[in-house]
Amino acid sequence: MTLIDLANPTRFLSLTTRLLPWLATATVVLLAIGLYQSAMAPDDYQQGATVKIMFIHVPNAWLAMFVWGVMSVAALGTLVWRHPLADVAAKAAAPIGAAFTFLALVTGSLWGRPMWGTYWEWDARLTSVLILFLMYLGLIALWRAVEDPSRAARAAAILTLVGAINLPIIKFSVDWWNTLHQPASVMRMGGPSLDRAFLIPLLVMAVAFSLLFLTLHLAAMRNEILRRRVRALQLIQAQAGQRSA
Amino acid sequence: MSLGPYADFIVTSYLLVAAIVVLLIAWIGIDYRRQKRILSELEAGGAVRRSGRSATDMR
Repeated sequence: MTLIDLANPTRFLSLTTRLLPWLATATVVLLAIGLYQSAMAPDDYQQGATVKIMFIHVPNAWLAMFVWGVMSVAALGTLVWRHPLADVAAKAAAPIGAAFTFLALVTGSLWGRPMWGTYWEWDARLTSVLILFLMYLGLIALWRAVEDPSRAARAAAILTLVGAINLPIIKFSVDWWNTLHQPASVMRMGGPSLDRAFLIPLLVMAVAFSLLFLTLHLAAMRNEILRRRVRALQLIQAQAGQRSA
Repeated sequence: MSLGPYADFIVTSYLLVAAIVVLLIAWIGIDYRRQKRILSELEAGGAVRRSGRSATDMR
Protein backbone atom coordinates (compact mmCIF):
# COMPACT_ATOMS: atom_id res chain seq x y z
CA MET A 1 0.00 0.00 0.00
CA THR A 2 1.48 3.35 -1.05
CA LEU A 3 0.93 6.68 0.71
CA ILE A 4 -1.40 7.88 -2.05
CA ASP A 5 -3.69 4.89 -1.37
CA LEU A 6 -4.43 6.40 2.04
CA ALA A 7 -6.22 9.27 0.27
CA ASN A 8 -9.00 6.75 -0.21
CA PRO A 9 -11.12 6.81 2.99
CA THR A 10 -12.13 3.14 2.61
CA ARG A 11 -8.46 2.04 2.38
CA PHE A 12 -7.68 4.33 5.32
CA LEU A 13 -10.46 2.69 7.36
CA SER A 14 -9.12 -0.75 6.49
CA LEU A 15 -5.58 0.18 7.57
CA THR A 16 -6.83 1.90 10.75
CA THR A 17 -8.94 -1.08 11.78
CA ARG A 18 -5.86 -3.33 11.49
CA LEU A 19 -3.47 -0.86 13.19
CA LEU A 20 -5.55 0.26 16.17
CA PRO A 21 -5.24 -2.89 18.36
CA TRP A 22 -1.43 -2.86 17.96
CA LEU A 23 -1.17 0.86 18.67
CA ALA A 24 -3.44 0.58 21.72
CA THR A 25 -1.36 -2.30 23.09
CA ALA A 26 1.93 -0.43 22.55
CA THR A 27 0.42 2.65 24.26
CA VAL A 28 -0.68 0.67 27.33
CA VAL A 29 2.71 -1.08 27.64
CA LEU A 30 4.70 2.17 27.30
CA LEU A 31 2.38 4.04 29.68
CA ALA A 32 2.82 1.26 32.26
CA ILE A 33 6.63 1.43 31.92
CA GLY A 34 6.59 5.24 32.04
CA LEU A 35 4.35 5.35 35.11
CA TYR A 36 6.54 2.78 36.90
CA GLN A 37 9.69 4.76 36.08
CA SER A 38 7.98 8.00 37.17
CA ALA A 39 6.99 6.43 40.49
CA MET A 40 10.53 5.12 41.04
CA ALA A 41 12.28 8.37 40.01
CA PRO A 42 14.18 10.03 42.88
CA ASP A 43 12.98 13.27 44.50
CA ASP A 44 14.50 16.46 43.16
CA TYR A 45 16.85 18.22 45.57
CA GLN A 46 14.79 21.43 45.35
CA GLN A 47 11.27 20.30 44.41
CA GLY A 48 11.12 17.03 46.32
CA ALA A 49 8.47 14.58 45.08
CA THR A 50 6.60 17.40 43.31
CA VAL A 51 8.94 16.80 40.35
CA LYS A 52 6.71 13.77 39.54
CA ILE A 53 4.11 16.19 38.12
CA MET A 54 6.67 16.97 35.37
CA PHE A 55 6.26 13.44 33.93
CA ILE A 56 2.64 14.16 33.00
CA HIS A 57 2.73 17.96 32.63
CA VAL A 58 5.51 18.12 30.03
CA PRO A 59 4.15 15.40 27.64
CA ASN A 60 0.73 17.11 27.71
CA ALA A 61 2.31 20.50 27.04
CA TRP A 62 4.38 19.11 24.13
CA LEU A 63 1.32 17.41 22.66
CA ALA A 64 -0.78 20.57 23.04
CA MET A 65 1.62 22.22 20.56
CA PHE A 66 2.32 19.13 18.45
CA VAL A 67 -1.38 18.51 17.79
CA TRP A 68 -1.82 22.09 16.55
CA GLY A 69 1.23 21.44 14.32
CA VAL A 70 -0.47 18.31 12.93
CA MET A 71 -3.64 20.35 12.35
CA SER A 72 -1.61 23.03 10.55
CA VAL A 73 -0.16 20.44 8.13
CA ALA A 74 -3.70 19.11 7.64
CA ALA A 75 -4.90 22.68 7.01
CA LEU A 76 -2.34 22.96 4.19
CA GLY A 77 -3.67 19.64 2.89
CA THR A 78 -7.18 21.12 2.84
CA LEU A 79 -6.30 24.46 1.25
CA VAL A 80 -3.49 23.49 -1.15
CA TRP A 81 -3.97 19.84 -2.10
CA ARG A 82 -7.66 19.42 -1.18
CA HIS A 83 -6.77 16.03 0.25
CA PRO A 84 -10.00 14.18 1.18
CA LEU A 85 -8.67 13.16 4.58
CA ALA A 86 -7.02 16.47 5.51
CA ASP A 87 -10.10 18.08 7.06
CA VAL A 88 -11.06 14.76 8.65
CA ALA A 89 -7.60 14.65 10.30
CA ALA A 90 -7.79 18.25 11.54
CA LYS A 91 -11.35 17.99 12.85
CA ALA A 92 -10.62 14.70 14.65
CA ALA A 93 -7.45 16.10 16.25
CA ALA A 94 -8.98 19.29 17.69
CA PRO A 95 -10.84 17.87 20.73
CA ILE A 96 -7.86 15.66 21.59
CA GLY A 97 -5.50 18.65 21.34
CA ALA A 98 -7.88 20.70 23.49
CA ALA A 99 -7.85 17.95 26.14
CA PHE A 100 -4.02 17.83 26.19
CA THR A 101 -3.85 21.63 26.44
CA PHE A 102 -6.37 21.65 29.29
CA LEU A 103 -4.31 19.00 31.11
CA ALA A 104 -1.08 20.96 30.52
CA LEU A 105 -2.71 24.07 32.03
CA VAL A 106 -4.22 22.32 35.04
CA THR A 107 -1.23 20.10 35.88
CA GLY A 108 1.03 23.15 35.44
CA SER A 109 -1.19 25.05 37.83
CA LEU A 110 -1.09 22.20 40.36
CA TRP A 111 2.71 22.11 40.01
CA GLY A 112 2.97 25.90 40.24
CA ARG A 113 1.10 26.27 43.52
CA PRO A 114 3.66 24.42 45.70
CA MET A 115 6.69 25.60 43.67
CA TRP A 116 5.83 29.24 42.84
CA GLY A 117 3.26 29.90 45.54
CA THR A 118 0.51 30.58 43.00
CA TYR A 119 -1.84 28.58 40.78
CA TRP A 120 -1.76 31.15 38.00
CA GLU A 121 0.33 34.05 36.79
CA TRP A 122 -0.42 36.13 33.68
CA ASP A 123 3.05 35.59 32.28
CA ALA A 124 3.94 34.97 28.63
CA ARG A 125 4.15 31.15 28.68
CA LEU A 126 0.97 30.54 30.69
CA THR A 127 -1.03 33.16 28.82
CA SER A 128 0.06 31.93 25.35
CA VAL A 129 -0.91 28.34 26.27
CA LEU A 130 -4.29 29.59 27.55
CA ILE A 131 -4.74 31.35 24.17
CA LEU A 132 -3.92 28.02 22.45
CA PHE A 133 -6.64 26.33 24.52
CA LEU A 134 -9.17 29.03 23.60
CA MET A 135 -8.21 28.66 19.92
CA TYR A 136 -8.89 24.91 20.11
CA LEU A 137 -12.34 25.65 21.55
CA GLY A 138 -12.94 28.28 18.87
CA LEU A 139 -12.07 25.81 16.11
CA ILE A 140 -14.36 23.12 17.54
CA ALA A 141 -17.17 25.70 17.74
CA LEU A 142 -16.51 26.76 14.13
CA TRP A 143 -16.81 23.19 12.81
CA ARG A 144 -20.08 22.81 14.72
CA ALA A 145 -21.48 26.18 13.64
CA VAL A 146 -20.99 25.87 9.85
CA GLU A 147 -23.30 23.25 8.37
CA ASP A 148 -21.63 22.85 4.97
CA PRO A 149 -18.53 20.65 5.63
CA SER A 150 -16.44 22.06 2.75
CA ARG A 151 -17.04 25.69 3.85
CA ALA A 152 -16.31 24.74 7.46
CA ALA A 153 -13.12 22.95 6.33
CA ARG A 154 -11.74 26.02 4.52
CA ALA A 155 -12.61 28.44 7.33
CA ALA A 156 -11.12 26.10 9.95
CA ALA A 157 -7.97 25.59 7.85
CA ILE A 158 -7.39 29.35 7.59
CA LEU A 159 -7.99 29.83 11.33
CA THR A 160 -5.63 26.92 12.09
CA LEU A 161 -2.81 28.41 10.00
CA VAL A 162 -3.30 31.85 11.58
CA GLY A 163 -3.27 30.20 15.01
CA ALA A 164 0.02 28.43 14.19
CA ILE A 165 1.72 31.81 14.77
CA ASN A 166 1.14 31.11 18.46
CA LEU A 167 3.36 27.99 18.42
CA PRO A 168 6.77 29.76 18.22
CA ILE A 169 5.43 32.35 20.69
CA ILE A 170 4.71 29.56 23.21
CA LYS A 171 8.06 27.85 22.56
CA PHE A 172 10.23 30.98 22.84
CA SER A 173 8.10 32.93 25.34
CA VAL A 174 10.42 31.85 28.15
CA ASP A 175 13.42 33.27 26.24
CA TRP A 176 11.82 36.45 24.86
CA TRP A 177 10.13 37.61 28.06
CA ASN A 178 10.91 37.51 31.74
CA THR A 179 8.53 34.78 32.93
CA LEU A 180 7.88 32.76 36.05
CA HIS A 181 7.99 29.58 33.94
CA GLN A 182 11.37 27.87 33.75
CA PRO A 183 13.27 27.91 30.40
CA ALA A 184 13.49 24.80 28.17
CA SER A 185 15.42 21.98 29.80
CA VAL A 186 15.04 19.16 27.23
CA MET A 187 14.76 20.62 23.72
CA ARG A 188 17.51 23.23 23.95
CA MET A 189 20.84 24.09 22.35
CA GLY A 190 23.59 22.08 24.03
CA GLY A 191 21.32 19.13 24.88
CA PRO A 192 19.02 18.40 27.81
CA SER A 193 19.99 19.83 31.20
CA LEU A 194 17.89 17.24 33.07
CA ASP A 195 19.59 14.42 34.94
CA ARG A 196 19.12 10.97 33.34
CA ALA A 197 17.08 9.85 36.36
CA PHE A 198 14.39 12.35 35.31
CA LEU A 199 15.07 12.52 31.58
CA ILE A 200 14.48 8.82 30.79
CA PRO A 201 11.03 8.54 32.50
CA LEU A 202 10.07 11.85 30.92
CA LEU A 203 11.02 10.66 27.41
CA VAL A 204 9.23 7.31 27.92
CA MET A 205 6.09 9.18 29.05
CA ALA A 206 6.41 11.56 26.09
CA VAL A 207 6.55 8.65 23.62
CA ALA A 208 3.66 6.92 25.45
CA PHE A 209 1.48 10.05 25.27
CA SER A 210 2.43 10.52 21.60
CA LEU A 211 1.31 6.94 20.90
CA LEU A 212 -1.87 7.65 22.88
CA PHE A 213 -2.52 10.65 20.64
CA LEU A 214 -1.87 8.61 17.48
CA THR A 215 -4.26 5.87 18.66
CA LEU A 216 -7.02 8.29 19.67
CA HIS A 217 -6.53 10.37 16.52
CA LEU A 218 -6.84 7.40 14.15
CA ALA A 219 -9.95 6.20 16.05
CA ALA A 220 -11.48 9.71 15.95
CA MET A 221 -10.68 9.99 12.22
CA ARG A 222 -12.47 6.68 11.66
CA ASN A 223 -15.51 8.10 13.49
CA GLU A 224 -15.40 11.27 11.40
CA ILE A 225 -15.31 9.28 8.13
CA LEU A 226 -18.32 7.26 9.31
CA ARG A 227 -20.09 10.51 10.34
CA ARG A 228 -19.58 11.84 6.78
CA ARG A 229 -20.97 8.61 5.35
CA VAL A 230 -24.03 9.07 7.58
CA ARG A 231 -24.48 12.60 6.24
CA ALA A 232 -24.03 11.43 2.63
CA LEU A 233 -26.58 8.63 3.06
CA GLN A 234 -29.04 10.99 4.75
CA LEU A 235 -28.70 13.42 1.82
CA ILE A 236 -29.25 10.58 -0.71
CA GLN A 237 -32.30 9.47 1.27
CA ALA A 238 -33.68 13.04 1.43
CA GLN A 239 -33.16 13.53 -2.34
CA ALA A 240 -34.88 10.20 -3.06
CA GLY A 241 -37.77 11.27 -0.82
CA GLN A 242 -38.12 14.59 -2.70
CA ARG A 243 -38.17 12.84 -6.10
CA SER A 244 -40.86 10.38 -5.04
CA ALA A 245 -43.01 13.15 -3.45
CA MET B 1 7.25 5.78 48.29
CA SER B 2 6.61 9.03 50.16
CA LEU B 3 5.16 11.94 48.21
CA GLY B 4 6.01 14.53 50.84
CA PRO B 5 3.96 17.54 51.94
CA TYR B 6 2.54 18.18 48.47
CA ALA B 7 1.15 14.69 47.90
CA ASP B 8 -2.36 16.09 47.26
CA PHE B 9 -1.10 18.15 44.32
CA ILE B 10 0.75 15.16 42.81
CA VAL B 11 -2.10 12.67 43.27
CA THR B 12 -4.70 15.15 41.96
CA SER B 13 -2.59 15.78 38.83
CA TYR B 14 -2.27 12.08 38.00
CA LEU B 15 -5.94 11.35 38.76
CA LEU B 16 -7.07 14.26 36.60
CA VAL B 17 -4.94 13.12 33.64
CA ALA B 18 -6.26 9.56 34.05
CA ALA B 19 -9.87 10.81 34.22
CA ILE B 20 -9.58 12.96 31.08
CA VAL B 21 -7.83 10.18 29.12
CA VAL B 22 -10.55 7.68 30.15
CA LEU B 23 -13.24 10.22 29.14
CA LEU B 24 -11.58 10.72 25.73
CA ILE B 25 -11.39 6.96 25.14
CA ALA B 26 -15.02 6.49 26.23
CA TRP B 27 -16.25 9.39 24.09
CA ILE B 28 -14.47 8.08 20.98
CA GLY B 29 -15.68 4.52 21.62
CA ILE B 30 -19.31 5.60 22.16
CA ASP B 31 -19.19 7.82 19.06
CA TYR B 32 -17.88 4.89 16.97
CA ARG B 33 -20.74 2.61 18.05
CA ARG B 34 -23.26 5.41 17.47
CA GLN B 35 -22.08 6.09 13.90
CA LYS B 36 -22.07 2.37 13.05
CA ARG B 37 -25.59 1.99 14.46
CA ILE B 38 -26.93 4.97 12.45
CA LEU B 39 -25.28 3.64 9.27
CA SER B 40 -26.80 0.19 9.82
CA GLU B 41 -30.25 1.75 10.37
CA LEU B 42 -29.92 3.86 7.20
CA GLU B 43 -28.88 0.81 5.16
CA ALA B 44 -31.70 -1.22 6.65
CA GLY B 45 -34.03 1.59 5.53
CA GLY B 46 -32.85 1.17 1.92
CA ALA B 47 -30.21 3.95 1.68
CA VAL B 48 -27.34 2.88 -0.60
CA ARG B 49 -23.97 4.57 -1.22
CA ARG B 50 -23.27 5.77 -4.77
CA SER B 51 -20.46 3.17 -4.97
CA GLY B 52 -22.97 0.47 -4.04
CA ARG B 53 -20.71 -0.75 -1.23
CA SER B 54 -21.89 -1.11 2.35
CA ALA B 55 -21.36 2.04 4.42
CA THR B 56 -20.15 -0.05 7.35
CA ASP B 57 -17.60 -1.86 5.15
CA MET B 58 -14.16 -1.38 6.72
CA ARG B 59 -12.21 -3.81 4.51
